[in-house]
Amino acid sequence: MTPYFAILRARFAAVLQYRAAAFAGFGTQLAFGLVLIYVYEAFYRSSRGPQPMALGEVVTYIWLGQALLSLLPWDTEPDVRALIRDGGVAYELLRPVDLYALWYVRTVAWRLARAALRSTPLVIVAMVFFQMRPPASLAAGLAWAAATAGAVALACAMTSLYHVSMLWTVAGEGVTTISATLVLFLSGMMIPLPLLPAWVQRITAALPFRGLVDLPFRLYIGSIPTERLAGILLEQAGWTLAFVALGRWLLNRGLRRVAVQGG
Amino acid sequence: MWDTPHLYGRYIGISIRSQMQYRASFVMQTIGHFLVTGIEFLAVWALFARFGQLKGWSLPEVALLYGMAQVSFAIADAVSRGYDLFGNLVKSGDFDRLLLRPRTTQFQVAAQEITLKRIGRLTQGLAALAWAAMALRLPATPERVALIGAAIVGGACLFHGLVILQATAAFWTVESLEIFNILTYGGATAAEYPLTIYHDWMRRLFTWIVPIACVNYLPAYAILGRPRPPEMPAALPWLSPLMGLAFLLAARQAWGFGVRHYRSTGS
Repeated sequence: MTPYFAILRARFAAVLQYRAAAFAGFGTQLAFGLVLIYVYEAFYRSSRGPQPMALGEVVTYIWLGQALLSLLPWDTEPDVRALIRDGGVAYELLRPVDLYALWYVRTVAWRLARAALRSTPLVIVAMVFFQMRPPASLAAGLAWAAATAGAVALACAMTSLYHVSMLWTVAGEGVTTISATLVLFLSGMMIPLPLLPAWVQRITAALPFRGLVDLPFRLYIGSIPTERLAGILLEQAGWTLAFVALGRWLLNRGLRRVAVQGG
Repeated sequence: MWDTPHLYGRYIGISIRSQMQYRASFVMQTIGHFLVTGIEFLAVWALFARFGQLKGWSLPEVALLYGMAQVSFAIADAVSRGYDLFGNLVKSGDFDRLLLRPRTTQFQVAAQEITLKRIGRLTQGLAALAWAAMALRLPATPERVALIGAAIVGGACLFHGLVILQATAAFWTVESLEIFNILTYGGATAAEYPLTIYHDWMRRLFTWIVPIACVNYLPAYAILGRPRPPEMPAALPWLSPLMGLAFLLAARQAWGFGVRHYRSTGS
């Protein structure tokens, strides 16, 4: 395990150097969060009918999403991207560690470090000034933390699939542009899933993406009882294993045909 | 100076040919941008399906705001790509070379690149506009078409001006300031909904400082034929798109000021 912990530590140290980028990310997320909240406030005021979520729950859901955006699989790790483009894959293959595990850990480290740096100030500001609520109860908070760990494992398995696909496409922007939006929509990041029409919710329930955002967030706000945690963790783990298996299989196929350029 | 359009054509031709070297990636990205914006619109639709209406605005009316914002933003984004790359020119000191050439710096920076994949967003915005016009049964009178055109051009000028301001900051900070994305992307998102839903400070920001409302929300009153609030002069929806142009001219002035303060980073 030691090399993987070393990667994790080095990545945290590196990300902490880019405080200006984190500040810009914080500002952008705050602005988007505010616009979204005004939009929902206006929608809730325009309608008298009962809604599946209270406005206060939606507000907290939105802030959680803005704070934890960098955990979601909508982009690719810049180091791995560069490695694939400039032939650094050759060096990676020489390292005495499993390549899939190495890239997976790089992704986990990168996502955790960015999220830790960006989410802390955003959550503080949102809680103090913009009606973000703490977890519904201590149990809800703990359940959310466990489900978030499951969400990170799942998100990084999906990201690894993008990385492996770049062995074929090299550029990879096309694949990520399309899948990023699908992920953001189907996970609940764009609109909380309970607000979608019933037939769309039946589709999202059959897909892996709700384990990234919707299920953990609703544990936090207390609209899913903590007794369902085990089922949620099982669902996340099942999809994670499926994505890891697919990623490993594709990686092996991709490496058979990888051509390293340069001199 | 008369050969400027021809020269721009040459620059852009080179940029387009280089993008066509990665044809599969280009096609994927264009389709990607079309889908991305399509799904964004799906999200707006889902909210209307749930709540019915938004402070007296219906989905097709909001689709008009959305379509105009998307089309202006796509045009501005496609032609402003050179300014996005401008931070690198300052960092590497390559901006010095631009100062030596017998054309304006703005022309040279802007002509570096045009991003074709924004056609995806453009098409989607136009589709939303067309759907809005059909659903609202808006006849295509010359005045209405002219006003939609003016609002879109005004919006493109405004977003282009924002990108120029963002690049101008690099004269002092060297790094390009991502914090401006709040105004560009945040503004484009905010413009998708009627201005009245936002709090006062945000309304003032988008009317007086970054006049996005003037190229979107205000002209929409005349385009849709909505009853105006009594304090709004009849000519306002027609004149407000000019604010986009004024903003662009102001941004160009700021750029000129930046160039005079430019100190090369050296090699």
